[in-house]
Amino acid sequence: MKRFWNGYQKDIADDHYFYERSCIRQTFFPGSEAAFLKILREELGKDICDNPHQHTCTGIGYHSDVVPFETTMTVVARLFSLMKECGYKNYVPSCVTSFGVFTEMINKWEENPELKEKARQYLWDACKREFEVPDNIAHPSDIIFKFRFDLKPHMKFQLVNRFTGRPLKVVEHIGCHYAKIFANSGIGNAEFPYVLAGMIEAWGGEVVDYPERRHCCGFGFRQYLVQENRGYSIANTQKKFESMESYEPDFILTNCPGCSMFLDKWQYTIAEMENKTYDKEGYGIPVLTYEELTGLLLGYDPWTLGLQMHQVQCERLMDKIGIPYRPSDKYRGHNGRLLPSPEKPVNLKV
Amino acid sequence: MNRFGFQISTARSIDLDRADAKLRQRLLEAVPSYRYCIGCGGCTATCSAGAFTDFNIRKTHFLFSRGEVDKLSPTPMPDVDLNKCMLCGKCTLVCPRGVNTRGLIMQMRQLLVNKQS
Repeated sequence: MKRFWNGYQKDIADDHYFYERSCIRQTFFPGSEAAFLKILREELGKDICDNPHQHTCTGIGYHSDVVPFETTMTVVARLFSLMKECGYKNYVPSCVTSFGVFTEMINKWEENPELKEKARQYLWDACKREFEVPDNIAHPSDIIFKFRFDLKPHMKFQLVNRFTGRPLKVVEHIGCHYAKIFANSGIGNAEFPYVLAGMIEAWGGEVVDYPERRHCCGFGFRQYLVQENRGYSIANTQKKFESMESYEPDFILTNCPGCSMFLDKWQYTIAEMENKTYDKEGYGIPVLTYEELTGLLLGYDPWTLGLQMHQVQCERLMDKIGIPYRPSDKYRGHNGRLLPSPEKPVNLKV
Repeated sequence: MNRFGFQISTARSIDLDRADAKLRQRLLEAVPSYRYCIGCGGCTATCSAGAFTDFNIRKTHFLFSRGEVDKLSPTPMPDVDLNKCMLCGKCTLVCPRGVNTRGLIMQMRQLLVNKQS
């Protein structure tokens, strides 16, 4: 039995990580990456390098067929060379698509050593650098999962509805590039992904097991990037919402930038197009990244975490958990100046 | 007004949770030979009404079987209108499986009338 479940486990390094930021997360969910670094350094006392010379992994261009394989391979090699230069061996890409790109490149190099030599040559020709393949690649959600019980004593709040005393019902959604490209790259494999479910259960919540749980969020790169195809993208998301609606989830937890973005923003689009929202009161279902959730439970300020950047507002969720927040500071900048409030949607309540 | 420049694509898959199988069951009880239909489309090919209008027997009974009865109506509709059938019976003559297709149309019409009333 133990051997059978080995395929569902994953080695995650204990310390000394090299962090690679995402291209898009800092726009959509600007507090998440800063929260992750703070959690690792201040709550867990880990060493993590945030190198200012990092760059894109080309993931969006690669999966949209506008960046060729050789270019992606060389760009990945350059990122690995930065890690080598900083003296680290454990690579932690913030984005699930980056995680998928790195696991794919390493797999290609293992199966075709001549490609690895080509990557070495291209990198040397382009910028006179050398790289080494990391000893361990883990997604930040893997690391939070690994230390979920270590974080629990630091937490000020639990995933419990303070009005009813019952666990919050949470929909977990895992990015396709986390374990659907290489099943053994994710905790619980592609069949039983447990990385987010483990966090929810450890912190007092209840995971909703709904029929379309493993369905794509709808991003799908080419399906979204071409405007004429966006109808397919939003139809995927709608299918998921219709499937989860009857379970009345309190919020959605994701580990992928695209999934967080689309499950959040498409709720606005569906509401504007069809006047349909997926919670009874018309506010929509809040979507959190795992860093935002961890930060909230640890007692971090929700506006520093960037929750005001969400389309579906999170105040009702914070009220349920009992997290204090100052409405007057929601749109206040770090310099204390009040920023303009965003325009209100027509159908989605905020 | 849609200001997004795209619409939500409608899935062509059949949602079995929403499909109404009761009418199909009643249709099978009324016309047992319908079980033998292989969907060859011979009925549609020979249909007199289909030659001059958009009436399509095969499409009609498939929609009925799949529970998509909202798309069918005993009253005039531009897309699928059971009243366009003239009950000439040519479809019954050509059916290789001996399905009582004329009876099928009449029963579908009756079941839809009963459902609406």
